Amino acid sequence: MKQSLNYLLGIFLLLSISGSAFAALTIEVTSGVDGALPIAVVPFDTSKLSSQLPADIATIVSSDLNRSGVLKVLEPGGLPAQPHYSNQVRYDQWKAAGQDYLVVGRILQKPGGMYDIQFQLLDVLKQKQLIGYSLPANKRKLRAAAHEISDLIYEKITGTRGAFNTRIAYIRAQRNQARKYILQVADTDGFNAQTVLESDEPLMSPSWSPDGESLAYVSFENSRPEIFIQHLATAKRSKISGFKGINSAPSWSPDGKNLALVLSKDGGADVYVMNTETKRLSRLTKHRGIDTEPVWSANGKSIVFTSDRSGSPQLYEIAASGGKAKRLTFEGRYNSAADISPDGKTIAMVHSERGQYKIAQLERETGNLTVLTDASLDESPSFSPNGKMVLYASTRGDNGVLYVVSVDGRSRHKLSDQTGDIREPVWGPYKRKQ
Amino acid sequence: MKLEMTLKKLHLLLLAAVFVSACQSTGDQTTLDDGAPLNDGQSQIDGSGTLDGSGSDATSFDGGDGGNLTPIVDDANLSAQQMLDRVDSPLATRVIYFDFDSAKISDESLSLLEVHGNFIASNGNVSVRLEGHTDERGSREYNIALADRRAQSVRRVLLFQGASSDQLETISYGEEQPAMLGHDEAAWGKNRRVELVYNVN
Repeated sequence: MKQSLNYLLGIFLLLSISGSAFAALTIEVTSGVDGALPIAVVPFDTSKLSSQLPADIATIVSSDLNRSGVLKVLEPGGLPAQPHYSNQVRYDQWKAAGQDYLVVGRILQKPGGMYDIQFQLLDVLKQKQLIGYSLPANKRKLRAAAHEISDLIYEKITGTRGAFNTRIAYIRAQRNQARKYILQVADTDGFNAQTVLESDEPLMSPSWSPDGESLAYVSFENSRPEIFIQHLATAKRSKISGFKGINSAPSWSPDGKNLALVLSKDGGADVYVMNTETKRLSRLTKHRGIDTEPVWSANGKSIVFTSDRSGSPQLYEIAASGGKAKRLTFEGRYNSAADISPDGKTIAMVHSERGQYKIAQLERETGNLTVLTDASLDESPSFSPNGKMVLYASTRGDNGVLYVVSVDGRSRHKLSDQTGDIREPVWGPYKRKQ
Repeated sequence: MKLEMTLKKLHLLLLAAVFVSACQSTGDQTTLDDGAPLNDGQSQIDGSGTLDGSGSDATSFDGGDGGNLTPIVDDANLSAQQMLDRVDSPLATRVIYFDFDSAKISDESLSLLEVHGNFIASNGNVSVRLEGHTDERGSREYNIALADRRAQSVRRVLLFQGASSDQLETISYGEEQPAMLGHDEAAWGKNRRVELVYNVN
């Protein structure tokens, strides 16, 4: 009785709330890139609309492209003209402004509250259109449409699929009167945040299902760490692991059938794999040290985890079917919280040097370790689905804030936040298979 | 009072020494230093059997140095709750602190835990939740495991003192609930801890 009361009082389930009412994160550029390709994005023509739009498409696209580190968007004050169609463009003006690429567009009203967003990406030097599309969207989907435009532009110019139109999940802690822990999902620029779960007790370690429809996470709602799975659209949730001791660090296998997790029911913290359908459990590591933070390789064949079996936390790899673990990191006293790039070639991690905790990446083939960040308390690295960016949490004052850094380490941008302490970001999968 | 403390100290030191040697003699799977979890419970120390805990060989002290007389309250007449409510009692200290990335219990903490262990062992109506915590550094999930290990280290000492496993519950909060905010050793040192939360039934 007491449990169920606790459950009711402590947990408030909220169905996904749409719209921009929860937009609480804003982008702040912290470091730019020399050698990024110059591109101009002209504000889209909205003069044919009956009312003002809640989101500015060109601003969202510009912010996305800047964040990639590959492109550098011309400041609005530097625009030599305001064309909205390719036939209005005088290419010599844009060439003189030093731009390689130009984006023009317009938004048209359609019946039933729909909009038609049209854009064209132009090559200034070749003086021709590279791509042009018309995207239908309702008011709620305007931001998503803008991110899709960013993806199309990014892919056309770089040849790599864009990952702007995906979602991130993270934990927001509030310390006002009472402590509150909020699991949220948001767009990759931090806007459009939606609350998945709110609790008076800690929430931790969100992990996306590979189809992007569910999250696994750790909740202390029953006064100890247990693992839950929650379907985002329906808010239906179930406890999947509540063994004696700790139940933590869930990580979904790429095929969505298994969950790697950490249990201490048989002694110390060890890595297990649970079939999410049958709940059948198999033990992967048996070591008296701490084994935790499992993550799957993209092909599902191996799992990288943190262990202190050598005396300090280091990364190890083990076959998903079990066997002998192989040590991967040798540089530094503290390497933990791995994430594997989608192509399997690099591993991002928390790396400590001289008492500072930074995000680093290990190139597997060469064994080279590169530090990507410059703060002192960075954690929770998570690759974008195209492997080009790493999302992570840093600490500023008493609060955690989210950053993205390009994998070449040259571009770093902050998703700044006005309320609460944000931590444990995880980048979700692509919305659709390509 | 002073006399009592000296006696207690001697007694505890002996116990600690015997305990550590006992741990070492059972192989490194049960050393206290790294707080490693026991492997499949095979070599669990429960304080019954291997030691009698009386420490009777070590009572060759030569008395107090006289002078100030402090009245001693007869603890035997106090309820468990009254004992816990006494602010001058060692039982009033209910936080054990740790070094960075370590679950090793210091000698000082060991002495304190002996007192708690004895108290729990002789008061069957008392139960304790051992809440493990870490500082903010490093990764959150690793810290969950580290804080769990700290709570298990404390649990093992209490079990060794005769507390029953039914009386002890461990929970790990990792770095999620700091005692003090801040990004320096002053705060970190306060956050690397196990809190003993008593419940008198």
